Amino acid sequence: MIIEGKVMKFGDKIDTDVIIPARYLKYTDPQYLAQHAMEPLDPEFYKKASSGVVIVAGKVFGMGSSREQAAIALKAAGVRAIIAESFARIFYRNAINNGLPVITLKDATKLIDEGEIVRINVETGEIEVNGRKYQGKGISGMALEILKSGGIMEYLKSGKF
Amino acid sequence: MPQTLTEKILSRASGKEVSPGDVIEAKTDIVAFHDLTGYHVIEVMEKAGIEKVFDKSKIVIAFDHLAPPPDIRSAEIQVMIRKFVKKMGLPNFHDINFGIMHEVLLEKYALPGQVIVAADSHTTTSGAVGAFAQGMGASDIAAATITGKTWLVVPTPFKVELKGSPRKWITGKDVALKLLQEFKADYFNGMSIEVYVENPSAFPMDYRATVSNMGIEMNADALMFIPDEETKNYIKTMRGYEPALVTPDPGAKYTDEYTIELGKLEPLVAAPYSVDNVKTVNEVEGKEVDQVFIGSCTNGRLSDIEIAAKILKDKKVKTRCIAIPASYEMFKRAMDLGYIETLVNAGCIVTYGTCGPCLGGHFGVAGPGETIVSTSNRNFRGRMGSNDSKVYLANPAVAAASALEGKITDPRSIA
Repeated sequence: MIIEGKVMKFGDKIDTDVIIPARYLKYTDPQYLAQHAMEPLDPEFYKKASSGVVIVAGKVFGMGSSREQAAIALKAAGVRAIIAESFARIFYRNAINNGLPVITLKDATKLIDEGEIVRINVETGEIEVNGRKYQGKGISGMALEILKSGGIMEYLKSGKF
Repeated sequence: MPQTLTEKILSRASGKEVSPGDVIEAKTDIVAFHDLTGYHVIEVMEKAGIEKVFDKSKIVIAFDHLAPPPDIRSAEIQVMIRKFVKKMGLPNFHDINFGIMHEVLLEKYALPGQVIVAADSHTTTSGAVGAFAQGMGASDIAAATITGKTWLVVPTPFKVELKGSPRKWITGKDVALKLLQEFKADYFNGMSIEVYVENPSAFPMDYRATVSNMGIEMNADALMFIPDEETKNYIKTMRGYEPALVTPDPGAKYTDEYTIELGKLEPLVAAPYSVDNVKTVNEVEGKEVDQVFIGSCTNGRLSDIEIAAKILKDKKVKTRCIAIPASYEMFKRAMDLGYIETLVNAGCIVTYGTCGPCLGGHFGVAGPGETIVSTSNRNFRGRMGSNDSKVYLANPAVAAASALEGKITDPRSIA
């Protein structure tokens, strides 16, 4: 699985309360959620992301709540993948369950600049940016199978779990 | 090989001997959700066309985030879940008059050695009795509801030892904040924290629940207290039976250890906008405060309400002060002991069993430019309401003292 997109950069500890504030959690409609993605940090995020972007961020991206809407909102806003120095456990699972690829790369925020075009091999974790190559941690094993199935419920329906 | 508590629980739950880093399928002993995530769990099940539960007696549902419903959509969500409960015939359903889910799990269900998964990040709270308890999203919880199992990566166990006894006005919150101050919010990612208490009665269940609750703020996979006499006493007192204790083997290996001398702790505060932006109360005292919130799954237990009542006895608050015992049980006990009367006489607004203000939901949302002192668990931007509000997280003594003075106050300076 190869994904390409223009980089939008964020720092460390991007939490679920800024990814999608709790007041929007009474609905699960992706388009509704997309309009409020990252709202506390940038109310225009969904416009900027709509052309299809890759988020590059620091440590424990998605920390905080279990709200699955965090992954749904980012994906629906146009985020094609997230490269982060590390991910919060629950967000990582929610991303996999909603078809949003998540790649771990040490020092990602130092290596990759805002606006650059990145090309990611989701399975191997290889990342290419303007001719530079980095080795991240891709998605493998059971998580990859769940991602490919389209989430845990589809995986379950296929009889593998 | 001698096993840590993490390894022991997950080996039992997966039916094979596990090591840190293993990807396993684990049987779940309890699967739970509340109103704000529960409707999403049910939606996922409906969409997949599989409406069944693996074991009716092992599903726990409690309404708390939208309790009592602040708007029509919230009420609609609860109507939908009640229908599901009825249709599936689920016995362990707790409506809006019962309590916050994590407190309900602790009071009635969680046992040492269990695997508990629930659709809420603060599920780590049940680690207070020595359960391996993790929060997950709606899809994962839908799958666990149907199958009674989940997949997970076995975390790397880390040992924390609590020595001695805490001084006056020091509670579990200060231990949680101390760990965040020392290790920051990312260190424990991929680890489980196992806490050993040297003197079990010096660190009661209420304090343990606060620390386990905030394990998620440390990004730990789980935060468990190694079951001891206090665990046994708590469950016996609350439920009338003695639980079997599951403990690590002597000589079990941890990736590292850290000791906290409880007698040396000071009241700590997490300043905006991060749970690990921890300072001593003296570094932030004097900041004017608009509202104080004493409650939540973090600090809404009897000892929290008792501390607030001791500080506010025969006095009047200068801020708006909202106090919310985490459950009916906690509210009732606080009422019988006269604490509720004390708080109301001091000018506090009191209800029970709702998460409301903690997540900026209802019953006290923060306005633009406002400063809140809260005993809850998160101070991220916009968490309790307006993006322009500021939240300081503190223990109930600091919160009550701040309400009394109208500014952030060291409780040791007034009582």
